[in-house]
Amino acid sequence: MIRVNNLHVYYGLIEAVKGIDFKVQEGQIVSLIGSNGAGKTSTLEALLNSVKKTGEVNFSGYDTINHKTHTLVQRGFSLVPEGRRVFINLTVEDNLRMGAFNNDENYERLKDAMYELFPRIKEKRLQMAGTLSGGEQQMLAISRALMSEPKLLMLDEPSLGLAPKIVGEVFETIAKLKKEGITILLVEQNAFVALKISDYAYVLENGKIVMQGVSKDMIGNDEIRKKYLGG
Amino acid sequence: MLMDSLEFIQQMINGFSLGSMYALIAIGYTMVYGVLRLINFAHGDIMMVGAFLGYFGMAVLGLPFVAATFLAVVGSSLLGMLTDKIAYKPLRNAPKISLLITAIGISFFLENTFNVFFGGTPRPFNVPEYMEYIINVGGIIFSVASLIVPIVTLLLLAIILWVLYKTKYGMAIRALAFDVNTVNLMGIDANRIIMLVFGMGSALAAIGGIFWAVNYPSVEPMMGVLIGLKAFAAAVVGGIGSVGGAVIGGFIIGFTEVVVVAFLPEYSGYKDAFAFVLLILVLLFKPTGILGINFDKSRF
Ligand SMILES: Nc1ncnc2c1ncn2[C@@H]1O[C@H](COP(=O)(O)OP(=O)(O)OP(=O)(O)O)[C@@H](O)[C@H]1O
Ligand SMILES: [Mg+2]
Repeated sequence: MIRVNNLHVYYGLIEAVKGIDFKVQEGQIVSLIGSNGAGKTSTLEALLNSVKKTGEVNFSGYDTINHKTHTLVQRGFSLVPEGRRVFINLTVEDNLRMGAFNNDENYERLKDAMYELFPRIKEKRLQMAGTLSGGEQQMLAISRALMSEPKLLMLDEPSLGLAPKIVGEVFETIAKLKKEGITILLVEQNAFVALKISDYAYVLENGKIVMQGVSKDMIGNDEIRKKYLGG
Repeated sequence: MLMDSLEFIQQMINGFSLGSMYALIAIGYTMVYGVLRLINFAHGDIMMVGAFLGYFGMAVLGLPFVAATFLAVVGSSLLGMLTDKIAYKPLRNAPKISLLITAIGISFFLENTFNVFFGGTPRPFNVPEYMEYIINVGGIIFSVASLIVPIVTLLLLAIILWVLYKTKYGMAIRALAFDVNTVNLMGIDANRIIMLVFGMGSALAAIGGIFWAVNYPSVEPMMGVLIGLKAFAAAVVGGIGSVGGAVIGGFIIGFTEVVVVAFLPEYSGYKDAFAFVLLILVLLFKPTGILGINFDKSRF
């Protein structure tokens, strides 16, 4: 589905991602874990060409190098950004409409599907998105990203700032999306929840991949336990 | 006593008409500010070009008034979109001050180009007879134009609000006012939405310009300067970034001017100053204006 070779990301003179390789196979959940400042968000933004990068990103057979963010989204990428970034001055429903900007003909059907996936946001569909709780905003951000019927869904720290119960709810939904055939690239600091639902995982540290493997095995790995799972 | 209330109604009609024109122009300032954080100082000159296109449509091409207005609307929208494409778009990531200076440059460019080619002498604007037709309702005297102006304005306002709140393009415009990057993440080309905003704002400015030319039946290259500044003041008074605010601000300034001229004739020499007095007061006491949006707080 997506293959990344020798990816570097630069902010002026700072090199935030220092030559990483990874891939996400169709139908899988792949997680990218790492602590603050490891370069996770930069990696996702590089996939969408919204930061300065070098390296090759191949998406279902074509090189994404010359595409703008919005065309990549039209071609099947979708990102749930860090901090959710729902449109606070639009209603919940209008946020979904924005997600389906290039998908008019399926808007109604997808909207109903999202309300079924997250009944909580259906109740609030005419409210401004800024009035939702953090968990509800995360659900809305995920729904909004799904409205374009992406081939690859990327989530940037969906657990950030949520109560454990809500984290559970959100991750159950992510697992459900995988069952429906959506390919997912999951970025998380919360290594435990990420490893539990993903098939394969990469560990990013200071802009480099320092470890990778099948997620099930990683949960058992001593080094991972010490560093990311709190002992 | 009867005379007073008649006079009052009469002046209200005038205020409504004048306010409508400011409102139509103020909407363009406020919408562009919303998506680019730019005070588009060329906006008043786009209005001037609209009025000129209407003038040429009738005087040169012999078009009827409505067709000439249509020409003005189309021509001004294209010009507005063109200024964005060639002047503002290359500066999307530049400091805001560069954008502002560019806007002032475009303003001077348009004014002086028209001055060179068409001269600074006001040209009489052919107002169609039916617009000048005088109606007398129980002593209140007004022209058809002073009735049409506010009606068309309210109609256009309804359309604009419908676009902003009910269509996906309008939603994208509102979303853009807060978060450009996330708009791109929706697969939307933010630059096209910005272009749309220039097109819409310029179209409204053209209609405002035509109405102005109908009321003060002439056009000249500098006509956009003072009207543009007052419409800008209206946008700030109403709350920059808010379309409803621009309309309210336009009416406040329109009514203030009419009231001053009618009821305080000794101050009528200062009528052009009131818009700016209001502007200063608002900036001092409520910088976000009446319906203002606090972009600093709400932008991510
Ligand atoms: N716009 C920017 N300008 C300069 N440096 C930046 C910018 N964005 C990120 N960086 C730097 O790049 C590095 C990687 O940041 P990034 O946001 O990708 O990390 P992250 O893994 O997503 O962290 P977190 O878990 O805190 O979100 C950090 O050192 C950060 O300071
Ligand atoms: Mg991050």
